[in-house]
This record gives sequence, C-alpha cells and structure tokens, in this order.
Amino acid sequence: MSADHHHPPHGHAHGDAHDPHAPVNEAHGVREDSVLLERALRELLIEKKIVTADDLRRQIELTESRTPELGAKVVARAWTDPQYKARLLADARPAIEGLLGIDLNLTPELTVVENTAARHHVICCTLCSCYPRAVLGIPPAWYKSPEYRARVVREPRAVLAEFGTRVADDVEIRVVDSTADMRYIVLPLRPAGTERMSEAELIALVTRDSMIGVSVLSGPPR
Amino acid sequence: MKPAFAPGDKVKVRTADIATHCRTPHYLRGKRGVIARVFGAYPNPEQLAYHRLGVPHQPLYQVEFDYMEVWGRQAPATVITADIFQHWLERDH
Repeated sequence: MSADHHHPPHGHAHGDAHDPHAPVNEAHGVREDSVLLERALRELLIEKKIVTADDLRRQIELTESRTPELGAKVVARAWTDPQYKARLLADARPAIEGLLGIDLNLTPELTVVENTAARHHVICCTLCSCYPRAVLGIPPAWYKSPEYRARVVREPRAVLAEFGTRVADDVEIRVVDSTADMRYIVLPLRPAGTERMSEAELIALVTRDSMIGVSVLSGPPR
Repeated sequence: MKPAFAPGDKVKVRTADIATHCRTPHYLRGKRGVIARVFGAYPNPEQLAYHRLGVPHQPLYQVEFDYMEVWGRQAPATVITADIFQHWLERDH
C-alpha cells in the first residue's frame, strides 16, 4: 500500500480496502480481494481468448468430481490385494489410473506412503497447499491454514493429538512435506476386526483424514 | 540432467537466500539429510514462475531429515521429508 493513498473525506471507512484498520472481509473463508483478483484474471483470460468459459466450467466440474472416495477405493484394493499394493507403492500413478479408470496425465506425480505398526506418515505442504487433489479432491481448510503448515513439522505429535491421534513414542512419525512436483497419499493401516469385510465395506471405512495421515482408522462398530 | 545423488547419499541443503520464487523451504536451508528417493527431473520452478521454460530440468529427490538436525532439539522418533531439487543440494562428506 502506498503512503499517499487518499482517505475518504469522512472518517468512517469500514470495509474500505484502503483503511488498514478495516475488518477483513471474507466470503466463505476467502478474502474479498482474492475474489476480485480471481474474477479480474478469469475475465481477462476469457476476453483474450486464452481460455474459454467452457474450458473453465469443465475444469471446475472435473475438480469437483474428485472426492476422497477415489482414494478410499485405492486403499481398500491395496488392503485386499497384495500384488496391487506392491504395484501401488512402487509406481502410484499407473496403479491408480488402472483401478479408477481416470486419466492422471495432466496432474502432478503421485506417491503412496504406507503406514505400518512401526511407522506413521502425515502429509503437509509448508510452502502452500499442495495436495493430491486428483484422488482426494479439494483439501480441507485446515490443511491450508498457516497453523497446520507451521506446526505439523515442528510438533507433529502434538498436532496429531489435537486430531485425536495418539502416536506411541516408539512409532516413527514421518512428516512428509510436499515441496515440489510430488503429491503424497497415505495408505492407512488396516484396522483390526476388518478381516471379513467386503471391499465395498472397507471403502466406506476409509476417511479422508486417514489418507492425509492426521487420523488412524478404527475397526467396525461392535 | 542426470541425477548426481542416489538413495542413501548424505546431502546438505544450500543456504542461499534468494528473493524470487523457489520451492526450498527456509526451515531446511543448511540442514543435513539423506537421499530417500530419486524422482526424475522436472522443470526448474524458479524459472517456471517467471514464464521461462525451466531448463535444464532439475533432478528431484525426497530427502529425509532427522528432527534434531532440523529443530535442534530432541523428539521421539521423528523424521521430516521434503522434496528438494538437485541444484539446492551439495554432497555432505
């Protein structure tokens, strides 16, 4: 902000973007100036024929069609098919594309990391909000918060405890910071008591947070 | 560009302080780690951010850092991994 900006003639400028003390206006958790910036950029891109409104609509529909259920299908298959799991851990993208019948060509690389009794992974992006959107959909708001991003690398056990996840001191925590072209998905530990469940039942058991690694899964209700 | 490091190699993250876009977190600069995985080569984000091609593509590594090395204090069994481009890594002898 420049020092010589104009103050409106009458002092009360609540909501005026030039007033440093004005409340931050947010719509659905998005800053108002970000909304304006997005709109200006979108309209310019369309006006200059760099993209069409239809391109944008299609991309938004594709993005919104991706939900954690896709990831849950991958997890359930990995739990029930050891050969699939081996392929998934070795090279996630073709294994996921093959199972789900989706094209991941234009999305960032994917790696699946496996939680075991001795090792617990938790995913973050300290630099921004990198997330395996192609398989888990849009990230939860907390994942993008400065608090989560700053704290999970400094005090992962405390952050996990706030999610209700107690990790024993002899279990290694691996905080996976997605800082570049790779996106990570956690293959959660299969809970005890699920041995007889069908793949469909297993899919219903897998949560988004377990695939980020902030929670662990419990078995079926008794 | 061919990868200069292999899994198990000891590396140190460069301490350079650049004002422009880059994907090497500040909290890992100057820290010692071990190469965990080699991911292939990707366009250099420091150029991509400014509408350049990002060539030569930089090999990308998943690097493991011990919690103590990063934060200078003890924590039970904790490792931090981050993905670091080759030009930000030097061999740690």
